[in-house]
Amino acid sequence: MVRDVAMHMSDGLLNTTTSLLFGGVAVVGLAVAAARARDDLDDRTAPMAGLVAAFVFATQMLNFPVLPGVSGHLLGGALAAILVGPWVGALCVSIVLVVQGLVFADGGLTALGANITNMALIGTAAGFGVAVLLRRFTRTRGGLVAVAFTAAFANTVIASLGFVLEFAIGGDPAFSLGAVTATMVGVHCLIGIGEGIITALTVGAVAAIRPDLVYLLRGTRRELELKEPVA
Amino acid sequence: MNTTRNKRNLGFLLGFLAVALILAGVVSYFADSDPDGLDHATLQGCQVLTNDQNVETLEGTCIAQNAKEHRMASGPLADYKVDGGEGTTGLAGVIGVAVTVVVAGGLFWVLRRRPAK
Repeated sequence: MVRDVAMHMSDGLLNTTTSLLFGGVAVVGLAVAAARARDDLDDRTAPMAGLVAAFVFATQMLNFPVLPGVSGHLLGGALAAILVGPWVGALCVSIVLVVQGLVFADGGLTALGANITNMALIGTAAGFGVAVLLRRFTRTRGGLVAVAFTAAFANTVIASLGFVLEFAIGGDPAFSLGAVTATMVGVHCLIGIGEGIITALTVGAVAAIRPDLVYLLRGTRRELELKEPVA
Repeated sequence: MNTTRNKRNLGFLLGFLAVALILAGVVSYFADSDPDGLDHATLQGCQVLTNDQNVETLEGTCIAQNAKEHRMASGPLADYKVDGGEGTTGLAGVIGVAVTVVVAGGLFWVLRRRPAK
């Protein structure tokens, strides 16, 4: 059997019914996200959102070591959601996954729905949910960075559970679900630390230069204090 | 928005793009090529063997053996390489950043709210 180097789920790991099911989940999720994203996009934020997608693409290429012989890479949902909002963020990660699948042969095409469900929908929702819960700590730069780290960690670990769910529904029953779950969650706890560091550094840098472009800070006192007067 | 603000905004966006291009075009050469978390989980029970043609095969029993070859595996940018060439990852990454910024930026520009006039 020939093996490709890939970062995302290949075709064949889930049965066809399950792939189609999560294809449907992805289509519905993205339709909702696209409808809601319009409210968060204007002349100023639309170009920023395009660049956030490109930044997620670039950063996903940078696998970092987590264990001997095992690497991890950014998923990017929490990062994108903190910077451009959850709806636009989900679209950013989805566009990255589509480009990777169609252009770079990374992530199977029938598995695309499941990959989008895990990384763009579940991961982004989990990351943004945690960030909103902790929003009151974002008044200081250090607080914001810590919130970004925590949100990104949750994003990675919960997104890995998406694969576990899909594998439980439509994976090869010859393999123990318990073992798959333990390996996925264990490794993604380590990857989540890397995701947390990259997200914290990026959000911290953007907040230092342009706090008005950090979605999570919108409407908070910090943004009002830092924002330069609109001329 | 006045021109100073526009200029400042453009400067920030160009800086952000430059960082993405450097990460994909240069830093990508230092990325770890070991299997990622998902790959690692699906490879449990298998050993990855590499033959003299550099083709990897799996020995043992693992989930990854169910994986099918990617339908775009022979595409010009498959595997983050340009025409499969060694050392072309950076160029592939730069192309990927460009494609992503055009596709995503274009979509978001079309979706954006325009001031009612």
